[in-house]
Amino acid sequence: MEVLYLLIPFSVLLVLALLALFNWALQADQFADLQREGERILTDIGAGVDADQIAN
Amino acid sequence: MQTAVPALAGSPAATSTPVRVSAAAPAYDDGAVRLFTLAAVLWGVVGMAVGVLIAAQLTWPELNFGVPWLSYGRLRPLHTNAVIFAFGGCALMASSLYVVQRTSQVRLFLPKLAAFVFWGWQAVIVAAAITLPLGYTQGKEYAELEWPIDILITIVWVAYAIVFFGTIGIRKVRHIYVANWFFGAFILTVALLHLVNSAAIPVGPWKSYSAYAGVQDAMIQWWYGHNAVGFFLTAGFLGMMYYFIPKQAERPVYSYRLSIVHFWALIFTYMWAGPHHLHYTALPDWVQSVGMVFSLVLLAPSWGGMINGIMTLSGAWHKLRDDPILKFLIVALSFYGMATFEGPLMSIKTVNALSHYTDWTIGHVHAGALGWVGLISMGTLYYLVPRMVGRKAMYSVPAIELHFWIATIGIVLYIAAMWMAGVMQGLMWRDVHPDGTLVYSFVESVKATFPFYLIRFVGGLLYLAGMLLMAWNVVMTMRTGNAPVKQAPASPLVASSAAAA
Repeated sequence: MEVLYLLIPFSVLLVLALLALFNWALQADQFADLQREGERILTDIGAGVDADQIAN
Repeated sequence: MQTAVPALAGSPAATSTPVRVSAAAPAYDDGAVRLFTLAAVLWGVVGMAVGVLIAAQLTWPELNFGVPWLSYGRLRPLHTNAVIFAFGGCALMASSLYVVQRTSQVRLFLPKLAAFVFWGWQAVIVAAAITLPLGYTQGKEYAELEWPIDILITIVWVAYAIVFFGTIGIRKVRHIYVANWFFGAFILTVALLHLVNSAAIPVGPWKSYSAYAGVQDAMIQWWYGHNAVGFFLTAGFLGMMYYFIPKQAERPVYSYRLSIVHFWALIFTYMWAGPHHLHYTALPDWVQSVGMVFSLVLLAPSWGGMINGIMTLSGAWHKLRDDPILKFLIVALSFYGMATFEGPLMSIKTVNALSHYTDWTIGHVHAGALGWVGLISMGTLYYLVPRMVGRKAMYSVPAIELHFWIATIGIVLYIAAMWMAGVMQGLMWRDVHPDGTLVYSFVESVKATFPFYLIRFVGGLLYLAGMLLMAWNVVMTMRTGNAPVKQAPASPLVASSAAAA
């Protein structure tokens, strides 16, 4: 099963990359105020559409 | 920020530029979103029609007509490619490019590249629709397309990643909404899977040999195959779920904290479920067991996410009765829960000894495909279509309700028939006389499956009928009402987007 020598290191690298990403998310305060972040999409101002598709 | 002045009825400007963009709203780049939305509906009809045809061929083999390019073996990969990568892919690209702009409060990064992604992806789909019936295939399930198309997929996918992550990069909201994490994981992982599994040595313009051989190739193939299920058919559509259910229900996700746990738990544990596709094969036994254990672990994050999505309606269950779009989205989640319970169950080696190679597998796949992926996409498309063609709602809301019921009944017929067929086949194949000889020949199990194939065909036909109803509804939504304003008003929008950028 030589192919495992490819796939297992792949998985290890991937998990390390994910840990780094998770660490970045923690450091960047991505999880700071989750209650508010969950509600933001409902109050966002982004109701606009392209100029050629404005609701009539 | 410049204010885009709303045009008032009767004012001179109203005749030429009836703008109704709220003051601070950035006008988003929805050109590619609109195209992908409409393409998803078209490819849904095509892919499901091919599915119904091959279901009929399994019931009545005469329908192969003796024509090579109409034969089951060539149309089956056409069906899977069309529904997964054309229908599902266009729905994912439409929703991800829509969601990333709204949640980042910014226009698309490189909108012209997004247009290239659309036309490039359509080129991939058309190339698949031509080469697969002609018999050009790499012979790898869900990765059949030959190497020139694989290269085109790579180019288009890199462009898609640049547009998506570029938009995240220029976002105006610091927090990256959970849906974007799921979309991002889907985009990155599919890129990795595609590059590893499609590695091949070309020996001609439409012929290549895999870089791996024998059981090594099988391991790579199902590492690809199951992670494609996990990241194309699950993570991407979960991104859809985490945006469109809260928006349609007008309530935040039940527990936003749990949605983040869901994301990290899912991506950390997914990668090694693939070997469960190779139980009782030449794959080393311990690798099979690893695959089984990881598959069982996946039940936890899957059900956490499913419950979180459904509980978003907590305290507002009446909306489920009144809103057919919410019906699509929530029932999709219940099928997600069903498929993610059944999957770990079937990965247990003793259960797999019965279910493997039977139609139970087909039933399981379609609980996920028709129930989860199909319904969540349809709900999302019903949300997107009016917004993308400048209407307040779909042309016919009762038609959405009817579509929901036709589709749901179709799914139930389909999966119940395949469960019964699968368990029956498994029991017939393993039945032995005391002297060790088989009780049933293979063809006897085929004959016994006929009524279930017939029921499955009817279920598929109902599901296709629902999709045709949707296509009609989309066309009518586009044709009726006031025509969308063609000319972009020059100054206010440009100024506001420049100020935003």
